[in-house]
Amino acid sequence: MKVNYIGKISEENLPAIFVPYFLESVHAGFPSPASDYIESPIDLNKHLIKNGAATFLVRAQGQSMLGSGITDQAVLIVDRSIKPTHDSIVVASIDGEFVCKRLKLKPKMCLMPDNPDYPPIFINHGQELEIVGTVTAAINKF
Amino acid sequence: MALALVDCDSFYASCERIFRPDLKNIPIVVLSNNDGCVIARSAEAKKMGIGMGVPWFKVKDSFLSQGGEVFSSNFTFYGDISARVMNILEGFVPKVEVYSIDEAFLGLDELEKNYDLYSFGCHIRGLIKQWTGVPVRIGIAPTKTLTKIAINEVKRLNIATKVHRISSKKDIRYALNNTPVGDVWGVGRRLNEHLSKARITSALHLADIDPRHAKRKFSVVLERTVRELRGQRCIGIEENITAKKQIVVSRSFGSRVTNLETLKPIVNNFAVRASEKLRNEKQKCSQVSVFVRTSPFSDHKPQHRGYKTVELVTPTNDTRDILAAAKKALIPIYRSGYDYAKAGVLLNRFSNASSRQYSLFSDPDQPKGNSRFMEYIDQLNSCHTQIYYASQNINQWSPMKQNMMSPRYTTNWYELPKTKADS
Repeated sequence: MKVNYIGKISEENLPAIFVPYFLESVHAGFPSPASDYIESPIDLNKHLIKNGAATFLVRAQGQSMLGSGITDQAVLIVDRSIKPTHDSIVVASIDGEFVCKRLKLKPKMCLMPDNPDYPPIFINHGQELEIVGTVTAAINKF
Repeated sequence: MALALVDCDSFYASCERIFRPDLKNIPIVVLSNNDGCVIARSAEAKKMGIGMGVPWFKVKDSFLSQGGEVFSSNFTFYGDISARVMNILEGFVPKVEVYSIDEAFLGLDELEKNYDLYSFGCHIRGLIKQWTGVPVRIGIAPTKTLTKIAINEVKRLNIATKVHRISSKKDIRYALNNTPVGDVWGVGRRLNEHLSKARITSALHLADIDPRHAKRKFSVVLERTVRELRGQRCIGIEENITAKKQIVVSRSFGSRVTNLETLKPIVNNFAVRASEKLRNEKQKCSQVSVFVRTSPFSDHKPQHRGYKTVELVTPTNDTRDILAAAKKALIPIYRSGYDYAKAGVLLNRFSNASSRQYSLFSDPDQPKGNSRFMEYIDQLNSCHTQIYYASQNINQWSPMKQNMMSPRYTTNWYELPKTKADS
C-alpha cells in the first residue's frame, strides 16, 4: 500500500476538525518545500457529508457487514436524500428495528449481509420494509 | 401574491418516531419539563382524547394501559431536527421566516411566476419527509392569516397530500365560512367572546365587517386581521430575527427545596446557564433578576414569592459577575420555613458584547470583563469536559424529573441510534 503524507495538525487547530492539506507528498527529514502549495484545509465533514440536513449518524452493531468493511461499532453515515439502487448499502427498518445490509433488487428483492455466516433477509408477505437511507461511508475507529 | 405556512405535524411526537420505527401507529405523548403536563400528542393520542396541557398523572394509567408511549421532552433533539427542517426550506425558498420550533412562513411571490405552487408545496413536503422523517402540512394563501386557515382546512377536509392552496375569492370565502372565528390567527378567548356577542361567529362574518368599523369598535390589530382575511397583506415575512431582549432560565424542582444551602447552588446553575446563553447571543446585560416561589398547587402550605433585580453599572457577560449578582438578588428574597418549588434567573437590558461603555463613576463591583477567559471555558464545556464554578451544584445540575427522555440521537456520540446487533 502506497501512502502519501497528508500533513500534521497544527497545535492551534487542535480542537477543530481542519487538517492542512499539501498538494505534494514530502520526504521525511527535509524542510517542507510544499509550504508554498498550501491549499484550503481538509474538512472531514465536507468530505463525508454532502447533505447535512438529510444526514444522520448511526452506530453499526455486529459482524454481518464485515465484507463491506463495516466492523462492529462503526459509525455509519446515512444520507436519507440519496435514493438507493441495486447493491447500495442501506439502513432499513424491518419489524420495527434498524438493520444495515446491502440492498439487492434482483433477481429477488432482499437485504444481503456481506458475511457468508449470515443469511439474506427476504421480505415476506405482510412484512413491512422501509429504506431509511443510503450508507455513504463507515467510520471504523481502531 | 402567495405565502405559505409550513407546520410540522405533532412535531415532538414525530421526532420521537424518527429513530423508533417500532412506534409507527402507536400513541405518543411528550411531557413538559419535570414530566408535569402533556405538551405534545401524536394523532393516535389525540384520538384517545388526551387533551393538550392535561396533567400527566390524570391520564397516565389509562394512556399506558392502552399501549401508549410517553417521553420526557428532549429539546436538544427536537431543536436539531427543527434546524434541519428549516435548513431544507431555506435551500428551496428565498424568503423564510422561522416562526417557532415547528412552524415557518415562506414568501412565494417570486416563485409564483414560474411554478405551480400547489405542486411546489407537495414537492417540499415530500423532501422534508424523506430527508428528515418529519411529516408537515403546508397551507398556501395570499396572506399569513389565510395560510393558517388553509392549514386548518387540510385537517378539516382530510386532504391526503397535506398541502392546500386557497387563492380565488370563492376558495377563500368557502374556507372562511367553515372556520369558527375563534380559530382565526390573533383572535384569543376574550376577543372571541366579544365577537360572539356581536354575532360574529365565523371567519367569514369577520371578513365581511368594514375594517374601519373593526378599528373603531375593537382595535387596530383586529382591523389588520379583517384586511388579511380579505386577502390584503398587512403582515409581511420577517426574515431578520430581532435579537433577544431577555434570557430566562427557570425550572420547577424535582422535589421541594427547603433551605438556602440547597437553593443557592441550584440558582447558581441557572445563572451559569443564562450567562452561557447570553454569550451565545453575543450580548451583555446590565440587569440580573432572581425569583423563587412555592407551589401554588399545595394551597394548605404557606406561600411565598420573591423577586429581586440587581442593576450592574457596567454591562457584562462574564459568568462570575452574573453569579455574584444572582447571589445578591437571592439572599434578600429567601425566607426560611417555605417549601420552594421553582426558581429562575432572568437577564435583562442587553447591549452589544463588542461595544463597551464606561461609566462616568467608577464601578464599585469592578466587572471581570475578561471575555477571552469565558470564551475558553465555553469552548471546553462544549467538548467532553465540564468546568464548574465552585458555587454550582454539580450533583444536581438538572434538578428535574425527566425519567423518560429519549437519547440525544443527533447531538451526542454516545447516544447515536443503533442497528440491530445481528440478523
